[in-house]
Amino acid sequence: MYVAVKGGDRAIENSQKLLDEERRGDPRVPELSLDQIREQMSLAVDRVMTEGSLYDPELAALAIKQARGDLVEAIFLLRAYRTTLPRFGVGEPIDTAKMAVRRRISATYKDLPGGQLLGASFDYTHRLLDFALAAGDERPVAEIAPEGVESGMQHVADILDHEGLIEREDPDDENQPVFDLTRESPRYPADRAARLQNLARGDEGWLLALGYSTQRGYGNNHPFAGEIRVGEVAVEFAPEELGFPIEIGEITVTECEMVNQFKGSAQVPPQFTRGYGLTFGHCERKAMGMALVDRALRARDFGEATEAPAQDEEFVMAHSDNVEASGFVQHLKLPHYVDFQAELVTVRALRRKAEAARAIADAAE
Amino acid sequence: MTDTIDLRPGFADPVIEAQNVFRLVLDAMARPGRIATIPESLQPPSPLSVGAAAICLALADHDTPIWLAPEFRTPSAIAFLKFHCGCPIVDVPANAAFAIANGATVPALDQFAIGDDAWPETSTTVIVQLDDLAVGDGLVLSGPGIETTHRLNARGLRVDVWGEWRANQGLFPCGVDLILVAGNRIAALPRTTTVSEN
Amino acid sequence: MTTVIPHPNASVATSAAPAGLAGYNFAYLDEQTKRMIRRALLKAVAIPGYQVPFGSREMPLPYGWGTGGIQVTAAVIGPDDVLKVIDQGADDTTNAVSIRRFFAKTAGVATTDRTVDATVIQTRHRIPEVPLTENQILVYQVPIPEPLRQLEPREAETRKMHALEEYGVMHVSLYEDIAKFGRITRSYNYPVRVNGRYVMAPSPIPKFDNPKMDRMPALQLFGAGREKRIYAVPPYTDVKSLDFEDHPFEIETWEEDCSLCGAQDSYLDEVIVDDKGTKMYVCSDSDYCRERREAGHQGDGGPK
Repeated sequence: MYVAVKGGDRAIENSQKLLDEERRGDPRVPELSLDQIREQMSLAVDRVMTEGSLYDPELAALAIKQARGDLVEAIFLLRAYRTTLPRFGVGEPIDTAKMAVRRRISATYKDLPGGQLLGASFDYTHRLLDFALAAGDERPVAEIAPEGVESGMQHVADILDHEGLIEREDPDDENQPVFDLTRESPRYPADRAARLQNLARGDEGWLLALGYSTQRGYGNNHPFAGEIRVGEVAVEFAPEELGFPIEIGEITVTECEMVNQFKGSAQVPPQFTRGYGLTFGHCERKAMGMALVDRALRARDFGEATEAPAQDEEFVMAHSDNVEASGFVQHLKLPHYVDFQAELVTVRALRRKAEAARAIADAAE
Repeated sequence: MTDTIDLRPGFADPVIEAQNVFRLVLDAMARPGRIATIPESLQPPSPLSVGAAAICLALADHDTPIWLAPEFRTPSAIAFLKFHCGCPIVDVPANAAFAIANGATVPALDQFAIGDDAWPETSTTVIVQLDDLAVGDGLVLSGPGIETTHRLNARGLRVDVWGEWRANQGLFPCGVDLILVAGNRIAALPRTTTVSEN
Repeated sequence: MTTVIPHPNASVATSAAPAGLAGYNFAYLDEQTKRMIRRALLKAVAIPGYQVPFGSREMPLPYGWGTGGIQVTAAVIGPDDVLKVIDQGADDTTNAVSIRRFFAKTAGVATTDRTVDATVIQTRHRIPEVPLTENQILVYQVPIPEPLRQLEPREAETRKMHALEEYGVMHVSLYEDIAKFGRITRSYNYPVRVNGRYVMAPSPIPKFDNPKMDRMPALQLFGAGREKRIYAVPPYTDVKSLDFEDHPFEIETWEEDCSLCGAQDSYLDEVIVDDKGTKMYVCSDSDYCRERREAGHQGDGGPK
């Protein structure tokens, strides 16, 4: 006789034991330490921190270890932890002009004050699998330059600003509360602060593909990589009881400013416009994709046609979050047999009706 | 010693008591006119009633500006709300998420935020302190949450409030919601409730 | 005054139930988040069927797996509550088990399989067969709260439609079904109108369950975590499934009875018992079926 399936509890427990075992892999192979992940998979750590919206390399490394290297799962772990943290307030805006720059490139000028600074980059490596690395890494450390990098480098966009060739960007009113995507439900049309928050947390692949689509004609915005810079900036916070900001630490960020040609409109003379990308750590691809999409989403503000997917604010924002997307796509694994049963009843009824109609038609012939 | 502010304690167990008070308010809002009794664990500063104080402790915080009728703006009441809830106190009723007033002097209901048709939840919830609140003759309530009718005796309300209430109902989905409080007894009237005076 | 008054924010974690999860607040969410959800719930009750936006949090369970329902339950539940969790009508489906364990662990609340013993019931895709009472709260997990979403993907547009009470697009869609197929083909998540005003998604319950929502004595709360919406139906509130005079709303019926308990009035799941496709039918509501069997009812046992 049929007995309804039982034992969900035990199945879950056993599955989780198995998961732990598979995460560990062959026990004869030494276990990964968080230090190893943080130091040797630093770009994975940076991505997890960026999309996880939490700057904590140690916890990001733990999330990567626990997620068996599945970065979207690691991002989810970090986010779920983040929501439980108490909130002390809103920090001061970071000042990337005061960044201790490690890498800074501009595609719009051959040279510029402060200079181009290649830093550590895959860009000009030949992508040849390095079999020597497989055997162990014993290469010489990079040499220290005779003189240090200039501290505090002007943004490339500010150079254009002197000539009035680029749109002005005025800071928001300091006394107005900052919209916080993690605490409020988005409203459409969204303002730029809400859009940028969404993009900063957005999936790198999503932004990469959308940014790419603008280059291929789906909402082209004629971008130039005005500047990409990576380095350390100070984080300041003004505690209520002190009334003035104090430095509470330093974080690494990647910033990308796209400079986009704009032919002008009835109200605005021809000028350059901006697209902006910012990430925790070193996430250059993400910052560039973000800057392209940010500019695409500003089409409305400039009175441009908004026909391409990347210019469609609701489309872009509602689907950018990989924790949301991953959850909802994968929820299809949950049982749906009640609804499927309802559909079976409907489809059978529709078929009976169609068959009856056909029988009548056949009899009439 | 006029500058000494008598700062009264809040919930002894904020997590559990806030949950309990919220459930009573939820049930009151879901069953308009049914009276819920809040446990007497608070001794709020006068003129805040136990009911009004408990509702604020359970539901108000930095994100909910509160408007207080003039008689509630005592140093002790303000200190109590600011310390325990951290809520801003605002001068204009229409800017408030919650408002506290006495039944006899509550401002015209259209002075509060009513929300708008696209965002009707952005209206004010008005906590009105009364002399007495009991099941009995007086008001006949009907609408969502009520099987047939509920009867409520609310003593201490300005007489013309029910005319304003009918206008408020006509604004649906906009409109204010009322929480009536007498001591530690509360009853709610969401904007959907039809009130007739018997 | 010498009394030391504990600052409210300092004492947040002190009363995590002894059975709770170390390092986390009672019912997982912090108090500020609970207050935000509680305020949204009160507005939802005051505006029946209207989707109140809320600052949904990431939960330790994935979006799409009940995070909205979980947040609503976490904001509502107290130490004296008795929680029942069902998925597809059954207490023992893996996701129901997982959510029940979450609350047993983080809130230390009593849990039950028995519908009549529960004070809070969190559900995915079903309403229990036993009529619910005034002392119960039914919390629905909702994937897509916007009933118009499949017809108009933009939130900015659907919000306008609700504001203006402009539901023509929904009626047209249902009527197109009738024109094409002679009947409305929606079999679950069948749209309803609440208190004569808002068109509402009942969540993907089969339309069989829709009539149970109408004037239900229990409070019905709906949570959509990923979409960041909360809505509600107060007790004894009119909930009408959309239909047309010449095509009145109908629910599913079965020619078969439950093979286990013989029930003729419950929603039946089709179970395939061999690789030739032989079928039998059993109650989807596992508690209803068990209670009936315990009361001596018996089905035919299914195909021999």
